[in-house]
Amino acid sequence: MEYLIILISAVFVNNIVLSQFLGICPFLGVSGKVSTSVGMSGAVLFVMTIATTVTYLLHQYLLLPMGLDYLRTITFILVIAALVQMVEIVMKKVSPPLYQALGVFLPLITTNCAVLGVAILALGLEDGSLVKAVFFAISSSAGFALALVVFASIREYLELAEIPEGMKGVPINLLVAGLLSLAFLGFAGLV
Amino acid sequence: MPEKLSPKQNFLKGIVKENPVFVMLLGMCPTLGVTTSAFNGLGMGLATLFVLLMSNIVVSLIKSQVPAKVRIPAFIVIIAAFVTVAEMVLEAYIPFLYEQLGIFIPLIVVNCLILGRAEAFASKNNLAVSIVDALGMGAGFVIALTALGATRELLGNGSLFEFRLVPEDASTLILFILPPGAFIALAYLAILFNKLTRKLT
Repeated sequence: MEYLIILISAVFVNNIVLSQFLGICPFLGVSGKVSTSVGMSGAVLFVMTIATTVTYLLHQYLLLPMGLDYLRTITFILVIAALVQMVEIVMKKVSPPLYQALGVFLPLITTNCAVLGVAILALGLEDGSLVKAVFFAISSSAGFALALVVFASIREYLELAEIPEGMKGVPINLLVAGLLSLAFLGFAGLV
Repeated sequence: MPEKLSPKQNFLKGIVKENPVFVMLLGMCPTLGVTTSAFNGLGMGLATLFVLLMSNIVVSLIKSQVPAKVRIPAFIVIIAAFVTVAEMVLEAYIPFLYEQLGIFIPLIVVNCLILGRAEAFASKNNLAVSIVDALGMGAGFVIALTALGATRELLGNGSLFEFRLVPEDASTLILFILPPGAFIALAYLAILFNKLTRKLT
């Protein structure tokens, strides 16, 4: 039950993109086509899950016991940057098809604030445990995927629409994102 | 940077022609996330300005010592160090703002604006030019965040910098304080900004 609440909360109610504003750069950047947005979502799921596992363990068993909590930001970002590189190398060797599908998105993920954001948020979960933190990361990336794919589908339709001159490009995308976020606001109070 | 810019042009480009928020779309997460009031926007903008300035200074000083292959991790560590400083200072002296900005303070590390300037500008230019660049870009960011925060606070709460302009029980457009309002307000501000800069140039 508890886990169901985490899932629904992370996917719908507190969607990391549309209500927490994490990962806006890839959300606006790689949402031109549905196929690329699916690839990006897969890469985020992969990295976010591994990154949260590693950072949670590091925080719990290294930083906290040694009283180095203030080094959290530096440690986490280094771990994430190194991890992304490692995932890239391992994936290239172990599963070339997966690398072909996700490879181009991996370097972009280092500066995706959703990964660092979820790693930090996972530390603050109520009576947290490793399993809960990892489950939270998976749910959050599912929420990211949902928002990104829906947004990309709308943008594919927008290509055909007639848009006033001044609104072309960035403003119309932001407006669409705003309306999407408004739709997700309807889930508020669900949990 | 092929063409030579005068210090004034270098400073102004960050505010107008290459405004990080309205033109380059860098650092969108804090831009949308914390601007529920003008004060929050200003605070976030100044914190980012501080980190940007310090990291540009250090990066431009050590640029010849850092091997090209490890420059990105090296820049990130420099940025993260200054973010930690900003985080501790805010927690100690302005706890109210620290609470309000929350998770977006550590996330200054992954603000693409800062890494972008370190990589694209400070690592190729000397100290003085890098400082001017950081000040200009930072000022552009502060202006954008404050404007967005002020717009949202004015429409959503009927106040400006906590100063109430409408009666306590007046109904305001609460939507603009909520997440969707951030996207919508920024969209219209971007249109306005484009129109104004087109007129200026």
